[in-house]
Amino acid sequence: MTINATFIGQIIVFLILLWFIGKFVTPVLAEELNARNRKIADGLAAAEKGQKDLAEATNRADAIIRESRERAKQIEDQASRRSNEAIEAAKVLAQGEGARIVAAARDEAATETNRARDQLRKEFGSMVVVGASRLLEREVDAKTHAQLLDKLADEIARG
Amino acid sequence: MASQNGASETPTEYIFHHLTHLKVGEGFWTVHIDTLLMSSMLAAAVAAFLYVGVRRGSAAGAPVGLRNFVEIIYEFIDSQVSDIYHGNRAFLVALSLSLFTWIAAMNSLDLLPVDLPGSIAAMFGAGYFRVLPTADLNGTIAIALVILALIIVFSIRAKGVGGYLHEWIAAPFGNNPLLWIPNIALNFIELLAKPVSLSMRLFGNMYAGELLFMLIALLGMVFAFSIAGISLFIGQIIVGSVWAIFHILIVLLQAYIFMILPVVYISMAEEHH
Repeated sequence: MTINATFIGQIIVFLILLWFIGKFVTPVLAEELNARNRKIADGLAAAEKGQKDLAEATNRADAIIRESRERAKQIEDQASRRSNEAIEAAKVLAQGEGARIVAAARDEAATETNRARDQLRKEFGSMVVVGASRLLEREVDAKTHAQLLDKLADEIARG
Repeated sequence: MASQNGASETPTEYIFHHLTHLKVGEGFWTVHIDTLLMSSMLAAAVAAFLYVGVRRGSAAGAPVGLRNFVEIIYEFIDSQVSDIYHGNRAFLVALSLSLFTWIAAMNSLDLLPVDLPGSIAAMFGAGYFRVLPTADLNGTIAIALVILALIIVFSIRAKGVGGYLHEWIAAPFGNNPLLWIPNIALNFIELLAKPVSLSMRLFGNMYAGELLFMLIALLGMVFAFSIAGISLFIGQIIVGSVWAIFHILIVLLQAYIFMILPVVYISMAEEHH
């Protein structure tokens, strides 16, 4: 329990330990722990930024989807409108054509009727002449009455 | 115990034997070989432990193994120091880490069986060997003197030589020539009380713990030949275990106190009065 020179040696031992730890242990630990703290903070910041970016991208994607949906609807509307127009136009065209065909057919039918009527008249006239000549066999001289008969036949034919 | 010097050893001789240092020299220039040997070996062990600890598993990711353990100690001490001392604490953290790990390691030697170190030393021809450097007043006072020097150095660094000397004569009673002597006396006592209390506290705790281990060891030895000896032997085992388990607390607590008080003293030393 007496104080003696031992404590001088003990002081030297302590100072060497203090020097060693202060030089080789605590600076390394302090630096590496600081670096790790910075890294963790950076990582958290990056994660936060990533989440923000993701939200932004989702918003943008939603906007694009909404816009394209609207455009698709517009295009669909336009297409259906156009096809309706085309159908209407085709209908009008077809009706016009139909009317024209009907009119042409009517004209032809009328021409044919007239022609048939003319022929009928001519045939009827000649039949009348033949009948009359048969009835008047004697009295009718073909030579003298020919002029009259032709005139009659013409009148009938003209109707 | 009995194996060392034969069964004729009395309890008084046993205790005396265990409290005698292995030493060389005369008078003041006596050197306790055991104290210096054990403390320097443990300083080397602590330094090696910490050195290896910070260089293994030190990848930028999560710390593992020994590195993790070292980091737990370091972060504990770092947070304790930063609570007390506001400023660049790099040196104080190094000081606290050295004090805590070294003193805890030295105190832990108290948990060795009391007769084991002496028996091993006897094999090498040493008659005496006290294994516990912190139960030697020289061992604790050396550390306390370094702390005292650091207190003065930090005071002068914070206040300048003039400011520091002025505080010696002017604080705490005031700057009046009549009060210079009381001021100096009080400052002297205040300054001296710090290393004395530091070293005496650690020494007293460890010395008492060591002595109690010896007395517990005597329990089984003194009555070893009687019928009651068996029950006393069992008593020695029980009491010894209880004291050893309780001593783990004292080992770490005293190391913690010796670590934290210098930080308090140094941060107080930098305050202006």
